[in-house]
Amino acid sequence: MKLASISAFEIAKKVRGGELKASQVTQEALAQIRKVDGIPGSLLPYQVSAEEERKVHAFIQVTEEMALAQAKKVDEAVANGEDPGMLAGVPISIKDIFCVEGTTTTAASRFLENFEAPYTATSVQKLIDAGGVILGKVNLDEFTFGSSTESSAYQPSTNNPWNTEHVPGGSSGGSAASVAAEETALSLGTDTGGSIRQPAAFCGVVGLKPTYGRISRLGLIAFSSSLDCPGPISRDVRDAALMLQAMAGQDPKDSTSSVRPVGNYLQALEQDVRGLRIGLSPDYEAVYYPDLETGEIHREPIQKEVHDAVLRAAEVLAKAGAEIVENVPMPNTRYGIPVYFVVSRIEAASNLHRFDGVKYGYRTKSEVRNLEELYRRTRAEGFGPEPKLRILMGMYLSAAGYSSDYYQHALKVRAMIRRDFDRVFDPIGEFSLDAMLTPTTAATAFKRKDVFGDSLLMQYSDQMTVASNHAGVPAVTIPAGLDDGGLPIGIQLIGNDFCEDMILRIGRAFEQKTQDDAWRKVRPQALGGEVQA
Amino acid sequence: MTVKRITPELFEKLVGLAALELTDEESAYLFDEMNHQLASVESLSQVPIPEDVQPSLHGAEPEGAGPRADRWVPFPRPERIIALAPESENGMIAVPDVKGAK
Repeated sequence: MKLASISAFEIAKKVRGGELKASQVTQEALAQIRKVDGIPGSLLPYQVSAEEERKVHAFIQVTEEMALAQAKKVDEAVANGEDPGMLAGVPISIKDIFCVEGTTTTAASRFLENFEAPYTATSVQKLIDAGGVILGKVNLDEFTFGSSTESSAYQPSTNNPWNTEHVPGGSSGGSAASVAAEETALSLGTDTGGSIRQPAAFCGVVGLKPTYGRISRLGLIAFSSSLDCPGPISRDVRDAALMLQAMAGQDPKDSTSSVRPVGNYLQALEQDVRGLRIGLSPDYEAVYYPDLETGEIHREPIQKEVHDAVLRAAEVLAKAGAEIVENVPMPNTRYGIPVYFVVSRIEAASNLHRFDGVKYGYRTKSEVRNLEELYRRTRAEGFGPEPKLRILMGMYLSAAGYSSDYYQHALKVRAMIRRDFDRVFDPIGEFSLDAMLTPTTAATAFKRKDVFGDSLLMQYSDQMTVASNHAGVPAVTIPAGLDDGGLPIGIQLIGNDFCEDMILRIGRAFEQKTQDDAWRKVRPQALGGEVQA
Repeated sequence: MTVKRITPELFEKLVGLAALELTDEESAYLFDEMNHQLASVESLSQVPIPEDVQPSLHGAEPEGAGPRADRWVPFPRPERIIALAPESENGMIAVPDVKGAK
């Protein structure tokens, strides 16, 4: 049996039952990383060979020693008859935006090249306490600012395991790629506008953005504090449920984490979908973006194969007994990106003020005359282009003369986006839905360098995901096929507040009903599959 | 609809306020990208907002326990925090003179 490809659920079951040693699983995962990952992302100059071009490059740092020590502890617990935890021996990668004591935590920025986290994020600690084995830190867009992982200061950035000429998506690109390439069974990502779901869809894996506040944000380097959500990335829905189970719950050290009791997500998967009401909306069939000269709004339909995958998923779920409700209006979805440009930039600018070269992180090596010059020189050298862009945009949009025009207005449109969800999920309302079924992305993974540098186009790749961040509701992406180029297609299920159990249940039903589909047998390029021309 | 533009003068002012220094190449790129993003933001001005809509800071109402008591709790290993500073002296974080050369 090849351990790299089996699920986290199966690994934990076998380790807990004494059939498998956590140390053996860890050694195999480390061997898989050595085989497929190539050179780690770094600040050093590098030469790209043809062979390296075909590698995944998910990792910035492999924590072999830490992983083996954690695995040994799990094995000892099993040998002593103690409970090793629900994730016993499961290999996990961590997006390098989470503080993990004993590792450098870079946020994929030069600014934090030498930052050694003095404590471990609550979400990561819960994974460790549940017997998970942390294999290392994986790449991302700098400070999570992007949708392709290309803006990382640590190059080479991650490639898509299905076709290494394409991006893995982002910002949790290293997370999604490490799971798709079977380097780890699970990965911890973050989702602010779609940063778990978009890369998971691009890499053909499952990605869950929980309800805002379901998982603690303590130890997560903040991007946009009212939107950031940690969440699981896995190869199937059951593993996402398992990982969520380990991490969910209130944290006294994060005042925004919810006090609501945590459900039993694994048990929910045992229920079928008969009688559930699932909505389809025409407002998720196109991307709306402005003409740069006139401001006129253009409508671009989503990729046909993606649209077809959504309709097919609706058919599958209908056959399983769900009721499909068509033409559900979500009229404010189209404003998700412009609202995001305002809210996330203002919050990012605020959060990035702390990086000043004084308390921690990078400090300029050049001679400076005073403190102000130290700040300017340090920030100029430490930040890449994308953080600089976000700081400047955030400062502009929140400036005294513009705040009411932009920020206050955007917050009202955000409330209207929330109202769309309130209306369709209202149990005594017109629609009374249990979930919305939508595409996760408008198109499959784009080629490297095709979009990078065009911040507007890059941001609009999150059009299908960002509304649920504004509303705070949970959403999960699930693989639903491959396009003509052999690239994965993701479908998204969006639920009401704290109804992760519902969307996971529907996702699991879809997964089981399509388990014999031919596309599920196709392997990613990084795992020996053939790339389609 | 006329798209608003960020002027070069305003851009330079923002760069100063943001405590940044940019190369000419960076300035040209960031200036263009800011104006592109502004075109998207400006589209919100066309959205009719009903009278009863209040600004939403979180989407869903937060269900947290609220802020902790405002009580000072010492970090167990303060030397690790100080060690993260690029420059320290006698257990304190050091910075250059605020106003000018020493």
